[in-house]
Amino acid sequence: MAELTFSDLSKTFGGAPALDAINAQIASGEFVALLGPSGCGKTTLLRLTAGFEHPSAGKIRIGGETVAGGGRFVSPEDREIGIVFQSYALWPHKSVFDNVAYPLEVRRIPRAARQARVAEALSLTGLGAFANRMPSQLSGGQRQRVALARCLVFEPRAVLLDEPLANLDLSLRASMQDVFRLFHRRTGATMLYVTHDQSEALALADRVAVMNAGKIRQFAAPEILYREPADCFVAGFVGDGAVVSARITGRADHAGLVLNVLGQDVVSRSAAPEPSHVSIRPESITLADDAPLRARVTSCTYLGGRFRLELDAASETLVAFSRQRAAIGETVGVRLHDLWAFRDPEGEVVLQKALADA
Amino acid sequence: MSKAITKSGGSRSLDRLLPLLLLPVALIALGPVLRLLLEGIGFGSGLTTDHLTDVLARPSTATALRHSLITAGGGTLLSVLIGSGFAFLVALSDIRGKAALVFCLMIPMMIPPQITALAWMQMAGPSSTILKMLGLAPPLGSPQPLHSAGGIILLLGIQHASLVFLTLRAGLRMIPAELVEAARMSGAGPGRVWAQTVLPLSMPSLIAGGAMAFVTALGNFGIPAMLGIPAGYATLPTLIYQRLVGMGPSVLSEVAVLSLLIGAVAICGVLLSRLVLKRQGFGLVGLSGAPLALSLGRARLPVEIAMWVFIFAILALPLLALLATSLIPAYGVPLTVHTATFNAWIEVLFVQPVTRRAYANSLFLAITAAAVLLAICLPLAWLMERRANRVSKLLDALIDLPYALPGVVLSIACILTFINLPFTDLTLYGTIWIILMAYLARFFVVMLRPIQASIAQLDPAMEEAAASVGARLGRRLRDIVLPLAAPSAAAGAILVFLTAVNELTVSALLWSSGTETLGVVIYNLEDSGETVMASALAMSIVCLIIALMGLVQAGARRFPKGVIPWQS
Repeated sequence: MAELTFSDLSKTFGGAPALDAINAQIASGEFVALLGPSGCGKTTLLRLTAGFEHPSAGKIRIGGETVAGGGRFVSPEDREIGIVFQSYALWPHKSVFDNVAYPLEVRRIPRAARQARVAEALSLTGLGAFANRMPSQLSGGQRQRVALARCLVFEPRAVLLDEPLANLDLSLRASMQDVFRLFHRRTGATMLYVTHDQSEALALADRVAVMNAGKIRQFAAPEILYREPADCFVAGFVGDGAVVSARITGRADHAGLVLNVLGQDVVSRSAAPEPSHVSIRPESITLADDAPLRARVTSCTYLGGRFRLELDAASETLVAFSRQRAAIGETVGVRLHDLWAFRDPEGEVVLQKALADA
Repeated sequence: MSKAITKSGGSRSLDRLLPLLLLPVALIALGPVLRLLLEGIGFGSGLTTDHLTDVLARPSTATALRHSLITAGGGTLLSVLIGSGFAFLVALSDIRGKAALVFCLMIPMMIPPQITALAWMQMAGPSSTILKMLGLAPPLGSPQPLHSAGGIILLLGIQHASLVFLTLRAGLRMIPAELVEAARMSGAGPGRVWAQTVLPLSMPSLIAGGAMAFVTALGNFGIPAMLGIPAGYATLPTLIYQRLVGMGPSVLSEVAVLSLLIGAVAICGVLLSRLVLKRQGFGLVGLSGAPLALSLGRARLPVEIAMWVFIFAILALPLLALLATSLIPAYGVPLTVHTATFNAWIEVLFVQPVTRRAYANSLFLAITAAAVLLAICLPLAWLMERRANRVSKLLDALIDLPYALPGVVLSIACILTFINLPFTDLTLYGTIWIILMAYLARFFVVMLRPIQASIAQLDPAMEEAAASVGARLGRRLRDIVLPLAAPSAAAGAILVFLTAVNELTVSALLWSSGTETLGVVIYNLEDSGETVMASALAMSIVCLIIALMGLVQAGARRFPKGVIPWQS
């Protein structure tokens, strides 16, 4: 297992920038998700790491060895990195066993050892009974497991996964997430996981890099992304809730700054001295009849155990959870608490664009 | 870390070595043509464009060019109609007896054009043996209806329909079944699936097949020679042949200009098809599953009958006419129970040593050409698709040239090039090797295009996956690209073999005593008025080819799916 380091990594395709000066470090054994809308550069970053593309500028290091940049380029076959493709890329002319055995065959592992390791990889991915099938005889989830087994069998320094669940149905996704989690725990492999599905990223990864327009907007643990988003894009793209502009009142107390949000003075946590926006998660809203801020219910969806309400308050759409059903058009009182404030002067534009993309 | 460096050095060296393959390919395929072009602009006698303008300004050139475009264009249209009709029905519908249908459709392409023309002429006109037998022959002196532009278009269209068929069906095989199933699940009926899903996705193959048929029809010599020359209807290849035969090597420069013209038309056709293909390209993701079988419902039986009637008309009738002619004692004698004789067959197969020698020569040339081309074209096609650079793109565009040029011209080019091997006193002229070199140059594209098409449609992730698990370029080519391109490669090799075994136009000018090919012997017999013996030899070759195809068919279970072109 090895750590991955990107320094000032850039990639342009025919003049159009796809990645813009990426700096990031992924620790050995860490499970990192690259999350972002399509076209944000996450797949480009993955392909650069695998060695299928040459960077336009900057460096990639794997376990201290520079594999791209500074006049060096190590070809994909010498990087010892496994990759699981969105299309699985199983070789249709080889059986499941032969697909998984191929990396060992290339490495000239003796037949007996090869068979043992393939059998182990197949049983780890629950494919023991399918060794002699051809890929065309497998379901999507089984093909995905073969791709994973093929990757795991040669003990790569890192494993890259390119939207691995995009072609699977929802119930399979949940069980495949368990497979990935188990795979990561058993092997301790460094994993880089590309997805546009935030629930996948938040559920699986130790840390998530949220990307947009060729840049990493925030790189942090899932709970930090959720509770303390760095800008309007991250706040809007990750998790449920609303992003609302806020005005500084100049006052502060021990819990944080006092900001004017939707006409109310609210105490907010913040890392910036002069925040411009607040992120209002559903958990930050309590419905109370006596609250001064009034809001009209515009939608009510049952999620099992609770209702998700969309509220219209001073022309902003807020999201709240409620134990009771609410009638559309009903007016409720809203109390805000535990908000997170950040500074993002260009926020409105970015947010609009992100929502349109998503 | 040092281990990684030495390893990557090895991989890069193959990456560096592989492009060197372009050099011998360019030399063999394009060297003779280049030599001929130099001859065209007066190489050796001072550079001049005099005869260039002279030849191009002649009215006979313009007429021949117009005739070539009309016949090749019309023939291509007909080929596309026949080939695509059969390809769609065979690949997509639930008609029965697909293998037999495809088998029969392949046969016209494997019969040399002169034989096709000869056979069709035996079926029409006043001296047709079969029409006389049935009492349907028109009165003596009435014109042969096939001696016309329409006759040439008809035969060109039939001759090259299987090119379109093969290319299109190979493309249809690559369409993942899920795409069609997805369309059907969206509520589309078979007609809609065909028009809105299959047709757009198969357009690249259809265009590629059409381009191939056009280029082949443009260079076809046998059919316009047999049908056009008697009618005074000259196309560019027959014009070249007539001038060369009439005037001798003194017109080499002039003929070079005419061939330049054909080359220019062929390149225009290919570039046009590329332009269209570029806009139409799709990357197909997914596995192509079980063969499709959309139900035709009640229309199935009528469609099947129509297809078999069609096959009967274009295949069985002309061959029966040819057979009838081969069984009469002398040309013009009607065939009856009393006149029928196997004399011509016995003469051709057992008495004449030259025909036995021709069989050996033709088989050797065909097998060697197919094997050599197979070995070269796989890495070459990969190089052109995955590591395209300016040189490989240029070669890609020019490699159609030796195939598009009429065989006569390529023969002259080969004589000019190999009569004195550069830097030696050796000559290939008069040996069988000059024919082999000409075949290699000529059939490059026949082998290359199917492989290229299948590599182009291969998901690059297949190779990337192999690279990521540590397989070097050589291994990736052997373990991933080769098996996945094998069906197309095998189809190409079989095409090369069967085309080479029947080849006439190239060998007609390159043979010498001892190196006769089957085509040459047929031509010589025919030329000396031995139409009956020519028909007998031609029929024996048709039987041989059908037997060879049958042999391959018998071993069908041992080949992976898709290796045999006529198998569904």
